[in-house]
Amino acid sequence: MPKSFGQFGHYRGAALSEIAARPVKFAGHQTCEGCHADVLEEKKDGRHARVNCEACHGPLANHADDPASVTPPRLDTAVLCARCHEANGAKPRTFPQVASADHSTGLPCDTCHQPHSPAITAGGAK
Amino acid sequence: MNITRRHMLLLLPAAAVAWEHVLAGNPESSPNYKVTEHWWGMLIDIPKCIGCGNCVRACQQENDVPDGYFRTWVERYHVSGDNIETPEVDSPDGGKNGFSPAKEESGKNFFVPKLCNHCAESPCTQVCPVGATFVSPDGVVLVDKEYCLGCRYCVQACPYGCRFINPKTNTAEKCTLCYHRITKGLTTACCEACPTGARQLADLRNPKDPIHEFLRTHSVQVLKPYMATHAKVYYNDLDGSVR
Repeated sequence: MPKSFGQFGHYRGAALSEIAARPVKFAGHQTCEGCHADVLEEKKDGRHARVNCEACHGPLANHADDPASVTPPRLDTAVLCARCHEANGAKPRTFPQVASADHSTGLPCDTCHQPHSPAITAGGAK
Repeated sequence: MNITRRHMLLLLPAAAVAWEHVLAGNPESSPNYKVTEHWWGMLIDIPKCIGCGNCVRACQQENDVPDGYFRTWVERYHVSGDNIETPEVDSPDGGKNGFSPAKEESGKNFFVPKLCNHCAESPCTQVCPVGATFVSPDGVVLVDKEYCLGCRYCVQACPYGCRFINPKTNTAEKCTLCYHRITKGLTTACCEACPTGARQLADLRNPKDPIHEFLRTHSVQVLKPYMATHAKVYYNDLDGSVR
């Protein structure tokens, strides 16, 4: 029987630290914000203020570990934005949705919208 | 005095030593993390879920979940008229790539993210013959893959269908509530990637956690409460048709 069996209960106690030792892949928005304060400033008054960085940019712990050699991939907004904003009857009615074929005829969304703060105002993107 | 088998075990010296460890807390890989100071669960706010599939993708990326298997997935419910007993449910590829527009807009349509409910009285751990799956002292149901035989009892025992056998390791696998992240002070990958805050990690033992206020002020339900599993994934605004 393994040494740590019964340490916490009817299982191998060492399993806890083994499972906890797995490396992370999503760095967490706090880590991103440590360096990218400018983006945080862009986002803070917009509709995407509470959307975490890696919700769109994907897991970037490698980039946080080594920012010089690991560059985040460039994102295609025509695909990315549609994941959330393509119209669907099951989405909450108050959530902003568009039928992208009619709305933008396939143009990338960042032609008009600035993803970090997407509302279009009289003074430009906000 | 009648001494049951359970009482007898508690009185045994080995069990007493084990309980001391539980009370003392044990530093995990994170130096400041104490298992006894936490009791993890999750809140799913159904009216906020947009079915984007970010959580499913994030989980697969974070935990190297094999293609075609899911530790978390999103279901779309369509309830027509008053027929709540037989909802139409779909979840193409676990909702990983989102959902095509609904065929029928009438009736009720909504998304329900699913994952391990991290039951305090979990049926899956009770049936494990070797002690390879367990509820950790901080309330997370985990699998010790070094010890798992792959007997599949737990897969059958889970009333929520949250377990599968990993085809590469031939051991049981399930959501770990990103144990490797929450012990380091991070939130789970699915919560990190959720754009609308529909998923929130909750520490029920932390009096400052907003979950307590939320549970006091909202209509919150767990899945299959009649199974008495003491599930810790709380669903806000859960429709009666959800199974």
